Amino acid sequence: MTGRIHSLESFGTADGPGIRFVVFLQGCRWRCRYCHNPDTWALQGGKEMEVDALFGTLLRYRSWFDASGGGVTVSGGEPLLQAAFVTELFGRLKHAGIHTALDTNGDWPEESDGGRKLEALLSVTDLVLLDIKHPDSEAHLALTGAEAASTLHFLDCLRQRSLPTWLRYVVVPGLTDSPPAIASIRRLKDTHPNVTGIQWLPYHRMGIFKWHEAGIPYTLEEVPAADAAFMDRLRDNSAEDSR
Amino acid sequence: METGMAWESFAGGRWQSETDVRDFIVKNLTPHDGDETFLAPVTDRTAQLWAQCAVLLDRELAGGGVLDIDTETISGINSHPAGYIDKSLETVVGLQTDAPLKRAVNPFGGIRLAVQAAHAYGKEIPAEITDLFTRLRRTHNDGVFSAYTQDMKRARKSGVITGLPDAYGRGRIIGDYRRVALYGTEKLIAAKQTDLDVMLDRDMDDETIRLREEVSDQIQALHDLEELGKTYGFNLKKPAADAAEAVQWIYLSFLGSVQETNGAANSIGRISTFLDIYLERDLKSGRLSETEAQELIDQLIIKLRLIRHLRTPDYNDLFAGDPLWITESLGGMAQDGRHMVTRTTYRFLHTLDHLGPSAEPNLTVLWSTRLPEAFKRYCAKVSMATSTIQYENDDVMRPDYGDDYGISCCVSAMRIGKDMQFFGARCNLPKLLLLALNGGRDELTGEQIAPESEPYADEYLDAEKVLKRFLALQKWMARLYVNTMNTIHHMHDKYACERLMMALHDTDVHRFMAFGIAGLSVVADSFSAMRHTYVRCVRDGGGLITDFEILGEFPKFGNDDDRVDLPAAELVRGFISELRKSPAYRSAEHTLSILTITSNVVYGKKTGATPDGRKKGEPFAPGANPMHGRDMMGALATLNSLAKLPFASCRDGISLTLSLMPNALGTEERFRLRNFGALLDGYFLQGGHHVNINVLDRATLQDAMAHPEKHPQLTIRVSGYAVLFNRLTSAQQQEVISRTFHAAM
Repeated sequence: MTGRIHSLESFGTADGPGIRFVVFLQGCRWRCRYCHNPDTWALQGGKEMEVDALFGTLLRYRSWFDASGGGVTVSGGEPLLQAAFVTELFGRLKHAGIHTALDTNGDWPEESDGGRKLEALLSVTDLVLLDIKHPDSEAHLALTGAEAASTLHFLDCLRQRSLPTWLRYVVVPGLTDSPPAIASIRRLKDTHPNVTGIQWLPYHRMGIFKWHEAGIPYTLEEVPAADAAFMDRLRDNSAEDSR
Repeated sequence: METGMAWESFAGGRWQSETDVRDFIVKNLTPHDGDETFLAPVTDRTAQLWAQCAVLLDRELAGGGVLDIDTETISGINSHPAGYIDKSLETVVGLQTDAPLKRAVNPFGGIRLAVQAAHAYGKEIPAEITDLFTRLRRTHNDGVFSAYTQDMKRARKSGVITGLPDAYGRGRIIGDYRRVALYGTEKLIAAKQTDLDVMLDRDMDDETIRLREEVSDQIQALHDLEELGKTYGFNLKKPAADAAEAVQWIYLSFLGSVQETNGAANSIGRISTFLDIYLERDLKSGRLSETEAQELIDQLIIKLRLIRHLRTPDYNDLFAGDPLWITESLGGMAQDGRHMVTRTTYRFLHTLDHLGPSAEPNLTVLWSTRLPEAFKRYCAKVSMATSTIQYENDDVMRPDYGDDYGISCCVSAMRIGKDMQFFGARCNLPKLLLLALNGGRDELTGEQIAPESEPYADEYLDAEKVLKRFLALQKWMARLYVNTMNTIHHMHDKYACERLMMALHDTDVHRFMAFGIAGLSVVADSFSAMRHTYVRCVRDGGGLITDFEILGEFPKFGNDDDRVDLPAAELVRGFISELRKSPAYRSAEHTLSILTITSNVVYGKKTGATPDGRKKGEPFAPGANPMHGRDMMGALATLNSLAKLPFASCRDGISLTLSLMPNALGTEERFRLRNFGALLDGYFLQGGHHVNINVLDRATLQDAMAHPEKHPQLTIRVSGYAVLFNRLTSAQQQEVISRTFHAAM
């Protein structure tokens, strides 16, 4: 089985506990206006890689996973679009005793299999990093071009399974940082016991050049990076203390 | 032997009846499992003294890098009257000359270089001295050039072998300075006399005659050291009676050694754990407080930071930042399973808080995954604040070198007092590859350097054909390199022997001959390009291949890709096996390092375009690093590539410089501290050997380039060494900045 890989980062320290090998998959159906990886959008493209080869590569990093309490994170792009590949990869990693984390927006494609594929994936996933783009459905649609419902539905699936989950929320000045929006995200944690923490991620502008390179108009040119002091006040450390 | 109170309350052992410092340490070691909270603040005395030094250091930098030179006196053990910075503030005394930062003239390595160096800084060496070292007393430099073959001179001139220590001291020797503190010179002299009278009373072959003469010289050097002690009011004949004396005895022995020779990288060894035993005894008996203990270490470090040699400006271009490489090895594990981190290990690192970051002394942590967690976290803290520690894998070195070895220079391990090394230079591997393509002609000048052969004639490079040529020329190179080193070290022993340093070694010392290679990643990538793409030769009017066109992508060293990493390891194995075919002077054991300090910039300047796409004159990567910008998979992939290089073939060290922005280590301080230790644990579990970690950001460096005065102490670790950033040339600064940053986005 092959997957389409955008890139590999062997020394990730921001996407899950400990030192992570981060596999960025190619392809995403959402068009978030602040996306810092627009180069991962195209559903075709990327580099095809056999699951065997990738698993073999990942095993070489085990000494760092063990030393730091880390593991492998699959991110993207949207990894759920290549769920079969991720399931196969995570299955092998789990069998080898390596911690697996899935960084997703919850965009699970419609399947008529009674949830078996989703079940298969989640059964080999140790931690989900769930990106909530916006708690308000209209604002979500305006920000991403997609419905908020899919993320929330996915979160419910995770709750049913009691799967440890960190919520991740990008704080964009003027777009996602209103007090009601922040409060809604906090409530999600309170109502979902499987959510062990929230990571508030500051919006940054280091991805804009990729939009320019691709010739896609960037609609947030005037939006400044998130204010550091504001971020400090939000920060909730509970997420990274738990696996 | 009368030792008085000097050994009182020490646990006894074999060390009492024979010279065995290791035995003393093992019997008396107190490992410290706790954290750094016991450490004391800086004393007023130290702070005032360091403030005075800071003024002098500023003046030195403002004056072009040299404060003053004593041109009248030939440097030697106790050659100068006592010198002080401010006697009332100094708890450790002794300077190379009569004033701080005043450099001495040492012509034994070479008079020409001494004259040029003095002249470059507006001073002239008196005619009597130049006359003495031209007509009456031969120098090492003259000796070497009287024996060099034409081949050697050509190789040297073209830069295919660079950095040969043929004009100044060879360096890289670690005297066991602890012996003077533990035993006093009287006992050491008696032991050397016994070696002369018993061990060396044998058939007088060349080696025996040479060694007898050397041991006699060593005894004289120990007497000279006693005189140096007297100059400062100490009796070094007797063992040190307390911690303050132990620090002083060690320092004066080191000082005498660097007065005698001006080699680089004459390291101080592994003194912290030894000194800890003395400090612990005095602390227990109430003779010393923690504050006073720290003051002794702070003041010792101040003294080491003021050591200087007179060099020409182009030495600075090659090695960058007027370095000495006074390396102190910290931590590590004992053979019996205990760790050797002591309170004094902490005290040494704590000097960085008191005196600020500095390249000297070159603090080196011998890292083991089994070191206590508190110490690992403290290292992380200090590293992240100063970028001033290098880390080496004790777990890969201990099997070969035991638990009382030290690092000289950046990565060269030696058993202290038992091993020495004949250091020398590096072979520029990319240039060798180009010579192989061009029939032995230099790609920049067209000059015939290597034996003439048929130049590579095809339009496209065929990897196997090129490899065959490369390996054939490597045979010639390796033989020439060994023979050149043999010549150099024969003459160095003869005309510029380090009497005092060798007096602090066993007489039957084991010798290494340490070879080096530069540009490994360039050559590895070049062969990868030939194997996986089409590389077309571009020739000039005279048929010389001067450039290459590459069509396509190819695997690059530093991305954990076996297709290029394994051939790179093979290159290393091949080179050392060729070297071993030519016997080394005094039956030395051949070793190899993949280490370039900042000299990778100069090597690159002297090398034409290479088949990996590197342009003419572009710097090589430092040490065993991947080429800048070619590591696409992050830091750990690079570490994995490096870990595939065989330490057994590179016993003199495999150096990696890793530049990290602080946020690349983690999102919060506590995660950064954990990940820092895990980064090292992981690499060293994979068998990696050495890493410098610069925790910096690009903006800091760019700002430092524009405003050096704002960052007077910004220290950069570059391949096995830390330098003050403002001592680098602007080309070197630019190079540091362009080096890959592994930034978390």
